[in-house]
Amino acid sequence: MPYGNAGAFHYKRVPVSPNVLSERLKYRLRESRAWELSTQVPSPVASGSATQPLISPLPETPPMASASITPALAASRLLLSGNEAVARAVWESGVRVAAAYPGTPSTEMLEEIATYPDLYAEWSVNEKVSLEVAIGASMAGSRSFCAMKHVGLNVASDALMTLTLTGTNGGLVIAVADDVGLSSSQNEQDSRYWGRFAHLPIMEPADSQEAYAMTKAAFAFSEEFQCPVILRLTTRICHVKALVTVGEREVHEAKGFEKNPRRWVMVPGNAKGRIPLMFEREKALRIAAENSPLNIVEDGKDKRIGFVSSGPAAMHVRETFPDAPLFKLGLSCPVPVEKIRAFAAGVDMLVVVEEVEPLVEMELKAAGIACHGKDVLPTIGELAPDVLRPGIAKLLGVPVESLPQTPANVFPRPPTMCVACPHLGVYYTLSQLKNVTISGDIGCYTLGAGHPWNALDSCISMGASLPMALGMDKGRGETDKDKKIVAVIGDSTFLHMGMQGMVDITWNRGNVTVLLLDNRAVGMTGGQDNPANGRNIHGDPAPRVDFVKLVEALGVKPERIRQVDPYQLPVLFKTLREETKIDEPSVIITDRPCVLVDDYKRQPSYQVEDSKCTGCGNCVDIGCPAIHVNRREKVIKPSGKEVELQFVNIETAACTGCGLCLQPCAPNAIVAAVPVQTVSFVRK
Amino acid sequence: MNNVTNILVVGIGGQGVMTATEILAETAISLGHDAKKTEVAGMAQRGGVVSSHLRFGDKVLSPQITAGEADLIVGFEAAESLRWSHFLKPGGMILMNTARLVPPVVDGGLYDYPADPVAEIRAKGIEVHAFDAMSIALDLGDMRLGNTVMLGAIADHLPFSAEVLLESILKRFSSRKPHMVELNRKAFEAGRRAVSADFQTAEAA
Ligand SMILES: Cc1ncc(C[n+]2csc(CCOP(=O)(O)OP(=O)(O)O)c2C)c(N)n1
Ligand code: SF4
Ligand code: SF4
Repeated sequence: MPYGNAGAFHYKRVPVSPNVLSERLKYRLRESRAWELSTQVPSPVASGSATQPLISPLPETPPMASASITPALAASRLLLSGNEAVARAVWESGVRVAAAYPGTPSTEMLEEIATYPDLYAEWSVNEKVSLEVAIGASMAGSRSFCAMKHVGLNVASDALMTLTLTGTNGGLVIAVADDVGLSSSQNEQDSRYWGRFAHLPIMEPADSQEAYAMTKAAFAFSEEFQCPVILRLTTRICHVKALVTVGEREVHEAKGFEKNPRRWVMVPGNAKGRIPLMFEREKALRIAAENSPLNIVEDGKDKRIGFVSSGPAAMHVRETFPDAPLFKLGLSCPVPVEKIRAFAAGVDMLVVVEEVEPLVEMELKAAGIACHGKDVLPTIGELAPDVLRPGIAKLLGVPVESLPQTPANVFPRPPTMCVACPHLGVYYTLSQLKNVTISGDIGCYTLGAGHPWNALDSCISMGASLPMALGMDKGRGETDKDKKIVAVIGDSTFLHMGMQGMVDITWNRGNVTVLLLDNRAVGMTGGQDNPANGRNIHGDPAPRVDFVKLVEALGVKPERIRQVDPYQLPVLFKTLREETKIDEPSVIITDRPCVLVDDYKRQPSYQVEDSKCTGCGNCVDIGCPAIHVNRREKVIKPSGKEVELQFVNIETAACTGCGLCLQPCAPNAIVAAVPVQTVSFVRK
Repeated sequence: MNNVTNILVVGIGGQGVMTATEILAETAISLGHDAKKTEVAGMAQRGGVVSSHLRFGDKVLSPQITAGEADLIVGFEAAESLRWSHFLKPGGMILMNTARLVPPVVDGGLYDYPADPVAEIRAKGIEVHAFDAMSIALDLGDMRLGNTVMLGAIADHLPFSAEVLLESILKRFSSRKPHMVELNRKAFEAGRRAVSADFQTAEAA
């Protein structure tokens, strides 16, 4: 069988019914009870640590009477990531509607929320939609929540900037996770700007316990001020696990929606009336920030420097300078300027330590408070102890300690596509095409820009591949006149923001070939379900988008819509060649599942027969991480040209038998690893 | 915060680095410690580098271990153990798996894999103990046991007893995969033996 696992289209996952959900919860309960027991064991360490915690836990909201099924959970301590802590607090706060679009490092919040009972949770198709779902629920008087990564709020910002005028009915919290340190994003940005831009309050937890407590505080605050609260997280909150003392769920029934066009219908006449209210609210928020128990002063005996910090940076400051006074911001926008002024009076020098931009620093300077900050600390990345130490040493004029060891020089290990990823064949094919410009998008297929394919020429923002390809087509000059333009986009990204670009291309008669890589999952963020695989956030069956019908409805001619199996290299190559030759919009859809999802079916593995391998290295160009080069040899060809031969082996334990690497192997050196018995039902 | 223990667990995506660290964190907590665990895992699922930081003690503030401050480095992969070796504090120890997981950029000839990572670490004057966790796991019949082999290997070099650690591993499996309990116990002991054997040869030499 030449094409590996052709025809393996099965849905395997068991749908999660509400009953199963409560099973999950019961499991969670068992787990947490176990923790409760284990943390009750008296221990020398626990009894020895009678000192006041340095970052004091927030005042707990008093437990409300509720029909809770979790009485035993109250006051149990769990090891939770920041995301899990937020999820727990969302559930405890009586939230009735929670929505998000996945994005690192925010994804686990909704994943986790979806395992709790008594609330509606959804994956939305993009962040703007998730915020709008939350706004609707808030209008109806329910507590609502949405979560996104930093760039997600750019997408949702159109709604945000007017939501600040209408305000909220049920409490609404927007959790936004900044990827400080850029571990998995297209840029690094500081979401605290949105608080200034939209005149909204921002809370910044510094660890899981605070993430939990501030989420709860944020809902109360949102209802008090009738505006959304932005919960600003960073990777170092979302993905750090720490102990959290959790409580019980409060019940907050929906208050009901009352028609009020002046408040909810933002036409110019009504919006004009709301703007002064927004500024009045901001004044009230300022007073609240000055008095907020979330803004804590921790005194210290070394008064040379007093630090102002927030989020994980505050923890790093506390760790690095244990004796310095610290003003720890929890409600960081609006800045409690007067409280900081008083703090500054008690120290020789004030240093603001904030990730990433100098927002608080600028506000303090504008208020006439002298301070240091970005003159000695970077405006990029995390402000971890190893970054703080040299910066502050410079300020104090003391020598910087050097590291005991120098880092070893080891090869880089860039992320790469999975073994048997359905994108491998696509990029192998694209890398073989001449004279193409490949407009890329965001997803696992962005990795096609890397080794060994080098077959992606751009990546800006989600959905950008199509409009950018159109722009390249319309803006091409003499040197590019014969270039074929291909846009590559994934299923989730197409539904997020790709459809608009598609209409723009058909409507404006662009000459673009779109490769729509439908792997039935949001692969990059861990294989979440999406409208392309017909399952909702719980894994329950849901209507599935039909991409062929969809792109036809968006104006692509039926004969220009091609469906191709991405594991069939010759077909892929031929189809791409044909479609790029034709001067009109066309869409090539691939439809094989991401290996992370249950739809993917593993096939028997392959191995290399050493005696047959000629060292051509063609299979290495597929880029499958299960293929390794075990020997290189330089030979002189009859033409006199020197070539390097690469003899390979396949890691059979890793190979899942997709059959891609067999196809470019001329001597048929790649064979089944386990002898397979073929049964023929066809009479010969 | 000098009573805080810093353990750095390193490897590549998919090796179970984060799970191993989580089990260590759970064990520390069950003994009444405060603990924080964090990762630097740029797209870990795609074969990238993973370094998982565990800090525990009376009170943990920053979750990150700074270069030169790890008490113990647990390396799931040879080159990764070398890559992170400068995180070790003077007098610390590296316990490492000798498995060499070669990424496509090395297969493609863009970079070289270090010839002998263990020797390179030793040449820096670092105490290092290496063993082949993958073979031990395969001998027991399941590559996925590698994680428990690794935990067994470090069990006698932690500020808590090996028995407590084994208990939290087994507790995890007893609720999720009861049929794996016995195999994991074996894997744990095998890892423990492999390292103590290495210690004995080191002493003899
Ligand atoms: C505005 C925005 N939201 C979320 C993300 C995070 N993110 C990166 S790629 C991706 C989706 C990838 O899914 P798909 O297009 O189906 O491609 P795949 O990874 O499955 O190949 C997401 C959600 C982002 N980069 N930008
Ligand atoms: S997660 Fe899925 S889409 Fe992403 S590289 Fe792996 S197989 Fe491919
Ligand atoms: S080694 Fe070949 S057959 Fe196996 S998964 Fe990789 S590309 Fe597919």
